[in-house]
Amino acid sequence: MVKLTKRIGGLVLRLAAFGAALAALIVMVTSRERASFFAVSLEAKYTDMAAFKYFVIANAVVSVYSFLVLFLPKESLLWKFVVVLDLVMTMLLTSSLSAALAVAQVGKKGNANAGWLPICGQVPKFCDQITGALIAGFVALVLYVFLLLYSLHSVVDPFLLQKS
Amino acid sequence: MAVSKLVLAATSGKSCKILLGLRVLAFLATLSAAIVMGLNKETKTFVVGNVGNTPIKATFTAKFQHTPAFVFFVVANAMVSFHNMLMIALQIFGGKTELTGFRLLSVAILDMLNVTLISAAANSAAFMSEVGKNGNKHARWDKICDRFATYCDHGAGALIAAFAGVILMIIISAVSISRLVQPNKCSSSTAASTSVVP
Repeated sequence: MVKLTKRIGGLVLRLAAFGAALAALIVMVTSRERASFFAVSLEAKYTDMAAFKYFVIANAVVSVYSFLVLFLPKESLLWKFVVVLDLVMTMLLTSSLSAALAVAQVGKKGNANAGWLPICGQVPKFCDQITGALIAGFVALVLYVFLLLYSLHSVVDPFLLQKS
Repeated sequence: MAVSKLVLAATSGKSCKILLGLRVLAFLATLSAAIVMGLNKETKTFVVGNVGNTPIKATFTAKFQHTPAFVFFVVANAMVSFHNMLMIALQIFGGKTELTGFRLLSVAILDMLNVTLISAAANSAAFMSEVGKNGNKHARWDKICDRFATYCDHGAGALIAAFAGVILMIIISAVSISRLVQPNKCSSSTAASTSVVP
């Protein structure tokens, strides 16, 4: 009975992480805004910054991986490999989130020392959607840290319960 | 079969020395990355205009504190090198303390958290320096590496050291997790060998 609730809890966690990563991916891909100022029309897309492209790719990889692990049978020998892959996916998520956050922070506040002006004043809707995608990415990261601890616990559980 | 052989190889006595060597390398890599980026500073004077015949000079400084991503880089590298130093001290000087179940687990979890921390720091600094090197014509941000070449070179060196630290921390974390599955006793193996000697 306890094992069943644990397994359902793990499945729910992974489904939530899959949903969050997919939401971050979709929100960032559909962010696009056209603005014109000083008789110059500029269009802000997520492909303008390399960090946002990396964020989209990383979240796509994590979504596909979560979807595939959802269907892994309980007695498979691959669960030990899932621990390592969960660590790799957490690393991917955190690196892409921090890179996108670093670039988005410059876009919002600018960098006075380098002479870089903030762009959020001209394209506010684009900025809001990027912020939403980053929040969804952060939720996916927190869920993945819990998933990593859960996979570790479910793999090495018998050794921890014994007092050695 | 291959997985169990790998686990066995990772938990034998010799692997304790390999783990120690890896930790020393990771400590040195992250410490040097933190130091090189922390001391990164360049001051240059430029001619910004002409009033009549005399040129006006202005002094500009490029410091790592100007970019929040680099500040995070320095702090995260310092934290990871401190963690590695703690683990090295535990392995060398804590010879009598046995690594029981909870201690092994906390070492593994701390290693995993530090892997994510250093990968986040290295990646954010890498993308920020890519923007600084190439500029971004969509956002109308000029590149700064053509004017502050030494600053960019030092930053690149620190980044390379940090990425070497990332790879080393991944290997260390994998070895720590495999030690969880099949716990070996690094400390008591040396005690057993001394008891064998007559």
